[in-house]
Amino acid sequence: MTSAAVILSIIFMLGGIFFFTTATIGILRFPDFFTRLHATGKGDTLAVLLCLIGLAIYEGFSLTALKIVFIAVFMALAQPTATHAISKAALRVGVQPWMKGGKENDSSI
Amino acid sequence: MSTFFLVIGLGLCILVFFVLYRVVFGPGVFNRIAAISAIGTKTLIILLIMGFVYGRVEMFVDISLVYALLNFIGVLAASKFLEMEKEL
Repeated sequence: MTSAAVILSIIFMLGGIFFFTTATIGILRFPDFFTRLHATGKGDTLAVLLCLIGLAIYEGFSLTALKIVFIAVFMALAQPTATHAISKAALRVGVQPWMKGGKENDSSI
Repeated sequence: MSTFFLVIGLGLCILVFFVLYRVVFGPGVFNRIAAISAIGTKTLIILLIMGFVYGRVEMFVDISLVYALLNFIGVLAASKFLEMEKEL
């Protein structure tokens, strides 16, 4: 384990924690469902990818690192799919999007 | 390096408690499902970090893989079920 790999892993994981924090602030502070989904859908995907790449770099060349990379590839495919499915379901059921200048439309559904 | 992993895991646990506010008080079922999905992705990273802290990554990586699959299937099933429900 060289120290350069450790430093690179620490940088990747701190970036992942930063994007997790921004996604959490977004899901707490945004006004309605679609904007919250916008925050958590993109921020969590990037944060998970950064954290998994950092852990794989720290692990080194082994079967475990290959499995971690496989989890990263699966999350990069699955997380946007899940976000798209749940937003389409919400739009079909009839959740009203938040309009600029409108009233606080947080009580829908 | 183990201390760094512990600090990262504790920070993720605090973030999970913040998202849990949206699960408990969030208006409607869709906010709750989106927040539960966000908690699932954070839990995946927490499981891997627990594996690195305990020194048994080769076991925890399988648990984390199964957790990722179950999170994805759960969100898809819940969204399909709520799409079939015409009135909520």
